[in-house]
Amino acid sequence: MSDSNATATKAAAPPGRAAFHLSINNPIVRAVLAQLGVALAVALVAWYLVGNTMDNLARLSIASGFGFLDREAGFQIGETLVEFGPQDHYSTAFLVGILNTLKVSGIGILLATLLGVVLGIARLSSNWLVARIAAFYVETVRNVPLLLQLFLWYGLLTEGLPGPRQALAPLPGVFLSNRGLKLPAPADDPIWAWVAALFGLGIILTLVIAAWNAKRQAATGKRLSMLPIGLGLVFGLPLLVLLASGGGAIDMPVLQGFNFRGGMTLSPEFAALLFGLVIYTAAFIGEIVRSGILAVPKGQTEAATALGLTRGQLLRLVVLPQALRVIIPPTTSQYLNLTKNSSLAVAIGYPDFVSIANTTINQTGQAVEGVLSIMAAYLIISLSLSFLMNWYNSRVALVER
Amino acid sequence: MSVTETTQDRAAPIRPNQGPVAWARANLFSTWYNALLTLLIAYVLARAIPGIIDWALVKASWTGDAAACREAGGACWAFLAEKWRFILFGTFPDDQHWRPTLAILSMIGTLVVSADRRFWGKALIYIWTVGIGFSALMMFGGVLGLDYVPTELWGGLPLTLALSIVGLVASFPLGVLLALGRTSDLPVMRGLSVVYIELVRGVPLISILFMASVMLPLFLPAGVSIDKVLRALIGICLFSAAYVAEVVRAGLQAIPKGQVEAAQALGLGYWQRQRLIILPQALSLVIPPLVNSFIASFKDTSLVIVIGLLDLLSTAKAALTDPAWRGFYKEAYLFVGVIYLLFCYALSRYSRYLETVLGQGRRR
Repeated sequence: MSDSNATATKAAAPPGRAAFHLSINNPIVRAVLAQLGVALAVALVAWYLVGNTMDNLARLSIASGFGFLDREAGFQIGETLVEFGPQDHYSTAFLVGILNTLKVSGIGILLATLLGVVLGIARLSSNWLVARIAAFYVETVRNVPLLLQLFLWYGLLTEGLPGPRQALAPLPGVFLSNRGLKLPAPADDPIWAWVAALFGLGIILTLVIAAWNAKRQAATGKRLSMLPIGLGLVFGLPLLVLLASGGGAIDMPVLQGFNFRGGMTLSPEFAALLFGLVIYTAAFIGEIVRSGILAVPKGQTEAATALGLTRGQLLRLVVLPQALRVIIPPTTSQYLNLTKNSSLAVAIGYPDFVSIANTTINQTGQAVEGVLSIMAAYLIISLSLSFLMNWYNSRVALVER
Repeated sequence: MSVTETTQDRAAPIRPNQGPVAWARANLFSTWYNALLTLLIAYVLARAIPGIIDWALVKASWTGDAAACREAGGACWAFLAEKWRFILFGTFPDDQHWRPTLAILSMIGTLVVSADRRFWGKALIYIWTVGIGFSALMMFGGVLGLDYVPTELWGGLPLTLALSIVGLVASFPLGVLLALGRTSDLPVMRGLSVVYIELVRGVPLISILFMASVMLPLFLPAGVSIDKVLRALIGICLFSAAYVAEVVRAGLQAIPKGQVEAAQALGLGYWQRQRLIILPQALSLVIPPLVNSFIASFKDTSLVIVIGLLDLLSTAKAALTDPAWRGFYKEAYLFVGVIYLLFCYALSRYSRYLETVLGQGRRR
């Protein structure tokens, strides 16, 4: 601290041989004193709090430190992406929690963006009914606490739905009951790995061709239509392989006794949390998208139409690139909010990181370490997410020359 | 219409808003996909609305017990008739419910009066002292022959209002200080403010509330314990201060540098400059976003449920645990949701109104 003070003082000092009065009226002296005072006060408060905490922990005979991570957790977790049993350690439980948080936030961000874009465009629709319904949605959803909405969704998904025997089957192989949503899932078959690999390859190839296409358009003015190429590569290629191999095995959920077997399960907790987060955040993203589109001056649209661009080209080449500059920074905060709000999982029993850390605190009494882990985990997620979005933003930002 | 048409050929322009048919043509069926959307939505509404009316009105039970409700199969408004006092006031002593009622009215009255721009200024301090002081008197009691009611018995709407109003008022000075720190030239102040603001904004409110509820007692010397409501309040304050700070910082950055230089030229010191020149302008610029952050904190107080306080949402959830009345969650959440909606919608309309009124001077 004192080092940075000294350099700042030197930097701020007037050049030349101005006399340096060591007096309280000298702004530089005052600045240094004020900063020293504040730093000292903060240090004293921190020292006092840490001292008290140490005393209290010693009195309650709680060993401080993260040693508890190597101990057996002894509790079960309903939903895990990695293997987890009661014999596993707290560190594994934490990993399960972080993965669950990432899963719900990742899927949530994706769906909320899609729904938000639809809502933003719907509010600007020339169709009165569409615009009104979108406006009603946004105003209602934004002004009711998210936690209340989560409770309502959870209630609807558990108490509002029938038991497994009377499960609703909106589509063949899809069952909706108070045990959650059952879906057909790809069975254990090597062909699915190939399909997934080709899907990834399709995305990469599409990006490469799009880059080449943009260069070619800049050079020759000719342009290939990317939509069929992209769709063909991303979805057509895996589908073709799947069909050629005679189709992969699919694991269908079947009612056996009192519950379903097989298939993929979306638990009511996960579904309620995901629904709530997506519906709530989409309302905010919708407003951001709307303001972003409105921020593009009308003259731009008129000019583009006068140049003979089609409606698709107008959106893709003129409106979107400009609207994105307005949209991306506030949308980043909404992504961060969604991730942080996923911590409300603790209230409806989805095992996210906060919920698992909370259980750990209750079992071990390691409140300080538990809360610190929660904060550290969210800080790391937030910082990575905003770093990613800032990088993307810098790519679309206006370059002024 | 073809492009070659000349002005002479054209018939009198069709005015929109000429009768419902013209309106529908312009607003509902202007293109084929708009027509399709309209028909689709009309179909969905026609399917859904009768069901909702059936549930909420036709089959609803307004009196009777839970068995009668289940028999009727519709909404059970009898549940609310039975539980509304508990949902609104929590465990506050039953015979004293007039006190939280007066406290709520006084808090709402204070908010409504301070929304009027004629009272902005010194008068606001007196209004708030009287309004909030009266609410506190009503809630705590203990003097003037009123029974003392400890905060453990508080709940429902008064608790939600108290946590959000007191939380915002108390976080305001800290927020302004943090904003000044973040825009200051002094590296120590700036560094500390930046670290605090970013740290708090990067973590969920729940973790701050956990910290306030489980770590705060550890921070204090042995034998000192603080009230659960106060702990939640401290957590909410620490949290919203970071958000207020960012709002105020936006206002500070909007003040032209010339203002600072002019104030310096007049010989004003740092604090005089901020107090007399910069802050009044910066704060008046950010009143609409401050109202928005009040809305956010009003909604966020519902999270105190995770540390076991009985706010408005918690009382609704607690009312549902009554074994005699299980399963009427839709009615309970609808009731509480409408209360939140009324408050937040009114506030957000007010914020938008302020934006236009306060923005008039700056519009070209």
